Amino acid sequence: MPAPEIRIDNLALGYRTSGGPVTAIENVSLDIAPRSFVSIVGPSGCGKTTLLKVLSGVLKPTSGRVTLDGTPIERASLSGQIGYVFQKPLLLPWRTAIQNVLLTTEIARKDLALSARVAEARRWLALTGLEGFEDRLPHELSGGMQQRVSLSRALALHPSILLMDEPFAALDEITREAMQEQLLRLWSLTESTVVFVTHSISEAVLLSETVIVMSARPGRVDAVIEIPFPRPRDEALRGSPAFTELVQQIRVKLRHSQNGAGGPA
Amino acid sequence: MGRFFARTVGQVAVFLAFFAIWEVAVDALRIKPVILPAPSLIFMTIVKHWSYLAINSWPTLLAVGGGFLVAAALGFAIAVGIAYSRWISDLTYPFLVAAQVLPKVALAPLFLIWFGFGLTPKVVIAALIAFFPIVINTARGLVSVEQELVQYMNSLGASWREIFFKISLPWALPYIFASFRIAITLAVVGAVVGEFISSDSGLGYVISYANASLDTDVMFAGIFVLSALGVALFLLVVLAERLALSWQAAVEAAPETL
Repeated sequence: MPAPEIRIDNLALGYRTSGGPVTAIENVSLDIAPRSFVSIVGPSGCGKTTLLKVLSGVLKPTSGRVTLDGTPIERASLSGQIGYVFQKPLLLPWRTAIQNVLLTTEIARKDLALSARVAEARRWLALTGLEGFEDRLPHELSGGMQQRVSLSRALALHPSILLMDEPFAALDEITREAMQEQLLRLWSLTESTVVFVTHSISEAVLLSETVIVMSARPGRVDAVIEIPFPRPRDEALRGSPAFTELVQQIRVKLRHSQNGAGGPA
Repeated sequence: MGRFFARTVGQVAVFLAFFAIWEVAVDALRIKPVILPAPSLIFMTIVKHWSYLAINSWPTLLAVGGGFLVAAALGFAIAVGIAYSRWISDLTYPFLVAAQVLPKVALAPLFLIWFGFGLTPKVVIAALIAFFPIVINTARGLVSVEQELVQYMNSLGASWREIFFKISLPWALPYIFASFRIAITLAVVGAVVGEFISSDSGLGYVISYANASLDTDVMFAGIFVLSALGVALFLLVVLAERLALSWQAAVEAAPETL
């Protein structure tokens, strides 16, 4: 199954608040190549999460459209083509690790036999290094392990698109770096296109083919930056001058777009 | 295990100390049994009137159990309505809050006029008192579900039933059981108030009848049996909670109750 292309066309989303109408995102047009890894960085309130919610079909845009190889995104989501990893693991506390992983396929892959879904769940737990922890409840797992269960839950769907909303933001630095490398390894095993929202510029540069810088209020695409480093990328890259320079370059752009929106928040 | 044992022994010791002080004080201060009977006299009275107390425990148990079940069923149904319909929530919430402030026992005499003098008014009073914490806690539990996860499951094509039974209901269960603990003790209050006002059976009747004839030892016997009944029902709810929420036993943080 070749991974489909994501096409975002002139997207805008506004909503009403008690303080009047707010435009969360506006004029967002992007083409995301099949099997690519795209990160979105931007100041708080630039509509990064809103954009992910539109991509997952959870929120309906006010205007514009998102298609996956020509299919409207809501329909792609209903067929279980979209995996979502939240900032918090959001596991069900009464379900064991493997039962939590099974939640998505239970709903979106009813055509598969239970044994096949269980095998798939086991496979992803093993790949994320949780072999032997299948029958543990979430509170028996560390924060990093919980987030790996959450990642397995998304990957077990074999999603065309994997949406990740600051998934490592709540983890300590060492765990976060280990998770970044693990994510790259897992991604190479899949056909998925990853759209990754983060606050960390170095995280975006390390992981992505393309980094999208957004400006705040309303959220707009400010810059699209290609990351040229070859894969596989590893620990050595983090320390290289080219890496540091690119991070700095994006930081300047980000600061610029923040100032453009009325100064730092 | 050692700590659990030590704690249990300590808890029993507090009870024994309480009764011992009571016993000694009644004797030392020469308090008449008609004012305050000694615990030993009360226990002897319980043994002496055992069958009388047992027969009268039945109607009370039925009123408490019936009232609790009615409150649980109605409370759950209305809570689901409040949690899932903005319309129902907006319309009923002010009424529920206002009704909760009202001292429900004040309505008891009215129910006797409406429902006669049998079991029905006691069930109704018990249900009415037990109902409010169940509605409010259950609705709060259902609403407290992680919305992001529910939205994602919706986008994956989950049906209302799947979301309710796989996510929302288990999520709300700790809240529901917390409200059941409160409700069962309130149901005991409701049933006994009903029996106080008008009845020819039940532990509330035993207590008020003994009161009228100044049989203080029988009053206390009734109170003790009633307490035992209340504790037994409470423990039954706790047991059901342990069975339904075995996953939670290890999770320290229980949800706050009303």
